[in-house]
Amino acid sequence: MRRRFLAQASLAAAAIAATRTRPAAAQAPVEIQFWHGLAQPLGGQLEVIVAAFNASQQGVKVVPSFRGSYPETMVAAIAAFRANAAPHVVQMFEVGTGTMMAAGRAVKPVYELLAEAGVSIDFNDYLPAVRGYYQASDGRQMSMPFNSSTATMFYNKDHFKRAGLDPEMPPKTWEELAEAIKKLKAAGIASPMTTSWPAWVQVEQVSAIHNIPLASLGNGFDGLGATMQVNNPVMVRHMNNLIAWQKDGLFKYGGRDNAADALFPAGEVSLTMASSSLRARLLRESRFAWGTAMLPYYSDVAGAPRNSIIGGASFWALNRGPSGGRNAAEWKGVAEFYRYLSQPEIDAKWHMDTGYVPVRRASYQVAKSQGFYEKNPGTEVAIEQLLRGGETTPNTRGIRLGGYVEIRNIIQEEMEKSFQGQQNGQQAMEAVTQRANTVLRNFERQNRG
Amino acid sequence: MRKTVFKGTALPLLLLAPQLVITAIFFLWPAGAAIWQSLLQEDPWGMSSQFVGIRNFTEVLAEPEWRGAAYNTLIFSTAVAVLAMGTALFLAVQADKSIRGANIYRTLLIWPYAVAPAVAAVLWLFLFHPSIGLVGRALNEAGIAWDYKLNGNQAMLLIIVAAAWKQVSYNFIFFLAGLQSIPRAVLEAAAIDGAKPVRRFWTIILPLLSPTAFFLLVVNLVYAFFDTFGVIHALTGGGPGKATETLIYKVYVEGVQNVNLGSSSAQSVILMILVIALTAVQFRFIERKVHY
Repeated sequence: MRRRFLAQASLAAAAIAATRTRPAAAQAPVEIQFWHGLAQPLGGQLEVIVAAFNASQQGVKVVPSFRGSYPETMVAAIAAFRANAAPHVVQMFEVGTGTMMAAGRAVKPVYELLAEAGVSIDFNDYLPAVRGYYQASDGRQMSMPFNSSTATMFYNKDHFKRAGLDPEMPPKTWEELAEAIKKLKAAGIASPMTTSWPAWVQVEQVSAIHNIPLASLGNGFDGLGATMQVNNPVMVRHMNNLIAWQKDGLFKYGGRDNAADALFPAGEVSLTMASSSLRARLLRESRFAWGTAMLPYYSDVAGAPRNSIIGGASFWALNRGPSGGRNAAEWKGVAEFYRYLSQPEIDAKWHMDTGYVPVRRASYQVAKSQGFYEKNPGTEVAIEQLLRGGETTPNTRGIRLGGYVEIRNIIQEEMEKSFQGQQNGQQAMEAVTQRANTVLRNFERQNRG
Repeated sequence: MRKTVFKGTALPLLLLAPQLVITAIFFLWPAGAAIWQSLLQEDPWGMSSQFVGIRNFTEVLAEPEWRGAAYNTLIFSTAVAVLAMGTALFLAVQADKSIRGANIYRTLLIWPYAVAPAVAAVLWLFLFHPSIGLVGRALNEAGIAWDYKLNGNQAMLLIIVAAAWKQVSYNFIFFLAGLQSIPRAVLEAAAIDGAKPVRRFWTIILPLLSPTAFFLLVVNLVYAFFDTFGVIHALTGGGPGKATETLIYKVYVEGVQNVNLGSSSAQSVILMILVIALTAVQFRFIERKVHY
């Protein structure tokens, strides 16, 4: 065993010496600990990519490790950092971005990491809605975008036919959608509409698509002093619609986060709004014809519709602990890993295998040139929606609020109270604003010093 | 009883050492750390920390959400203790009778105790989920609008029943043992004097069971306060709204989900004080009425 290892190491050393024409001591590859939060099958697909990277070179070995759901991975990384045992790279969901941005010395920003390692990645080629979500307000790249999704609408074509609706013409606006769900109800569908990720889809996406701020200071991009601004007429009107539809049995609240995912493939509802990555499950489970469409908008709101915002996760490089503790070789290894991930071929394959969106324009072209979108109708909707309206605005870049995990739960709680009939849309949005502001001020206080 | 008196202090200390070490490592140390943390304000990464005195406590106690959780805990623990103890006592009295296959009943009744809280919660979920649960679907088809995902009272009812179900077995074992230790002669004498079963239960069995019942009351309240996290987490996640968020669940949400360590520690210190006070009150006032 030991002899074999030595033989491999000396071979590797010889290879390095041969290609770089500089002497290298026989040494083990640099180990990069990589924690991710993707369950099967996605986690396995991610680990295949990691294995391919390890096989592509000898100097760096990335060791992937599944750490539970996204929130669990985030907490595990924070706890490990406090114990001086943080992983080199951690996959962090987009909701945790605000907390990571404020983490200061705990994280190694991507731009700094790449510059020190002499590796370049063309971030200008990344989709603006993806790249911008993970940039500092001055445009420096803070984390490495990888698996990004966005919300789209899925609808049951068989139900549409039964209700006399054109199955090739899904509703484009909320006004059309209101008509459609009434017809579906009249055709005997008990609850025509539901939504997954209530806070992400019905509050964050609705704000971005109508180009209205969710919070001040550019949704928090320009500082920790941001205040919540969801108590605006568009959001209140939308909440009141959902509450009224819920009361009339047109809309069914299916639970927090992605709990409602199961309702659509089971044929219980006619249309749902969910992550574009729900596609894989629909292919496997649905026993009916279905289509994909963009999220609706209110046609009388000026400037709508704009691009939707992303979900999913990005990769953050972490210091070992509060006193730093990484050497240049380790950072260089992380930079090499990032360069590998940024290749359009790798990204395009990930996109086509999983239902996440391509994060680069070049990867989008790769998928196009392979005829992926002709063979798989509906898969392009998410990308078109992300690119809708050209460059992003301060309201459509994304959300950069500290403690946002908590704020998302506050939004879901207040929506639940509304659907129980305890409050109207105005009261719900006022309550969200007030409770979220407490969280924001607390976060600001914690991160000032 | 024979008393053994040790000479010196070294040997007794040595014999006690394992227990003392375990108490120190698993109770005193974390409790001490929680108290210290509750006086600090820290960012999630632990890079800047500042002593803020009792500010975390005053802020927690002023929160309407915390008061809501305290109210939920009151309802929840009382209901769980009453339901779990009442059911267990009823079953124990039935299983104590001379019936065919009593041993099988007893064994089956003890089973739920071996089920992990999260697994128990999943079983209840598969029964009562409004769209995938057997009972949940049946209720909706029968015209009862059952949706614990959106109806706070139904959610509370569900976690009370699920948490109590888990605890019935434990209570059952103790009640059964208590019943079996009641001298038969006393019951037979009462029967000969003409006391009917119901009267025998209230005047003989229950008073003689009171030490067991008192012990179980303390254990059940502590269970409802601390050990029901798994059931709540898997069934309702504290929702809908905050309808099923108990104090212990709020400690988890604040500390683990929101990484707000100061506030979370302050809440767990308050919880610790509450439970110590509750137990002290129970021993002080209720134990007087207990016959040993």
